[in-house]
Amino acid sequence: MRTGFSLLTVKMSEDTYIPMWLLAELTYACPVQCPYCSNPLQISASRKQELSTEEWFKVLSQARKLGAVQLGFSGGEPLLRQDLVDLLREANRLGFYTNLITSAIGLDAEKIAEFKEAGLGHIQISFQGADEATNKRFGGTDSFKQKMTMTREVIRQGLPLGLNFVLHRHNLHQVTQFLTMAEELGAEFVELANTQYYGWAKHNQEHLLPSKAQLEQAELATNEFRQKHTGSMDIFFVAPDYYDDRPKKCSNGWATTLMNVTPEGDVLPCHAAKMIPGVAFPNVRKQALDEIWHSSDLFNKFRGTEWMVEPCASCPEKEQDLGGCRCQALMLTGDAANADPVCSLSPHHDKVRSITEKAQRPFNPEEPVPLLFRNMKNAKQFLTE
Amino acid sequence: MHKLNIEIDEIKINPQYRLQFEEAQGCHVLLFPEGLIKLSDSAAAILERCHQATTLGKLVEELKIAFPGVDGLEDDVRAFLEDALNEDWILSAHS
Repeated sequence: MRTGFSLLTVKMSEDTYIPMWLLAELTYACPVQCPYCSNPLQISASRKQELSTEEWFKVLSQARKLGAVQLGFSGGEPLLRQDLVDLLREANRLGFYTNLITSAIGLDAEKIAEFKEAGLGHIQISFQGADEATNKRFGGTDSFKQKMTMTREVIRQGLPLGLNFVLHRHNLHQVTQFLTMAEELGAEFVELANTQYYGWAKHNQEHLLPSKAQLEQAELATNEFRQKHTGSMDIFFVAPDYYDDRPKKCSNGWATTLMNVTPEGDVLPCHAAKMIPGVAFPNVRKQALDEIWHSSDLFNKFRGTEWMVEPCASCPEKEQDLGGCRCQALMLTGDAANADPVCSLSPHHDKVRSITEKAQRPFNPEEPVPLLFRNMKNAKQFLTE
Repeated sequence: MHKLNIEIDEIKINPQYRLQFEEAQGCHVLLFPEGLIKLSDSAAAILERCHQATTLGKLVEELKIAFPGVDGLEDDVRAFLEDALNEDWILSAHS
């Protein structure tokens, strides 16, 4: 038996939640127009309401005091913020581990060097396709070469790099191509993330959701790749929950781990929570993060298990998935307090079934794909001024 | 590539991981892209001594001084280093 120098995980008391992950959505502006974006449909072209550099500094400092330690700069496209390097430097000074989640559009060698000097921990670059044509078709930009060049440059400068491929009906067959490309480029992490159906992705769901056969084939191809290539690249395959019979926890549990700050300073327990009705959204301009995290109605609304209704309330598995995703329950059943209907025990499970049934048509590359692209022009119709 | 032998080779912490003490959690954590691992005090005590090139022998010597009277220390340090190596937390000091 080991005498005390073994690795132990420190267990925290059950009722102390620390927002270890801070997701800072710096702007909704974005050069890419991904139709599977999980941002809200209601995004405004005006950037006047975005938090200032000083306001972000305050957010970072308050979050750090609460125990936040992993920080993601995301968006939109965070590179569009002129003060990104200042934010990185401040975050690093405060002791955050910083992750930059970017399309690489607007990145250059000089900026990478600046970011590295400012203490950036990790860059994640997203691709919209495994070749020039697919990338352009689903990103709405001619950016494939730029992404490849910047991926190589990040590696050349010695920053940890992850590649992200968001998967859907029209690119799932490219999984092996994606992985081969990532390995050739020298990525350390690859995330094969199936589209999560919120915001723009939910709007376009009919044209994005893959068939079960497509998904199984992609998982098989991923496992085959893993077996053949035993290098150091870590591959994460994130399955879409529509095909599971138990739901996924919301962000590791509603208001347990993640705090999401939107470009305009709203603080959310998950990036989709803005759709929850009948609750005030706390904002960093009006309240301190400490108060928001511990005492706000929004964060306490679905924390723990007290709020649950049947079948969750008496379910022996309730601690395992905490009833799943509140936003998915709202979108598909009309009430955010219901069980996530992905669960086969949900009385609304047929709602998920009826969506997946339509997706079982075989993949046909010729199929017309009338997607609504995520851009400010298309967002106008959803804005109520 | 030459396989790292923790009995004799010089090791150091993987520069892509960051070790720091977290006030809010009351423990050391190891930070890496999009994740963290909470460390026991003893795991932290070992990794803290791996910022510069070191060896199993040197670590045991230093830890014996820092924690006098702990039995079986060498085996525990060895077992931890094996785990840490498998997890890529440490690497050869010459890589």
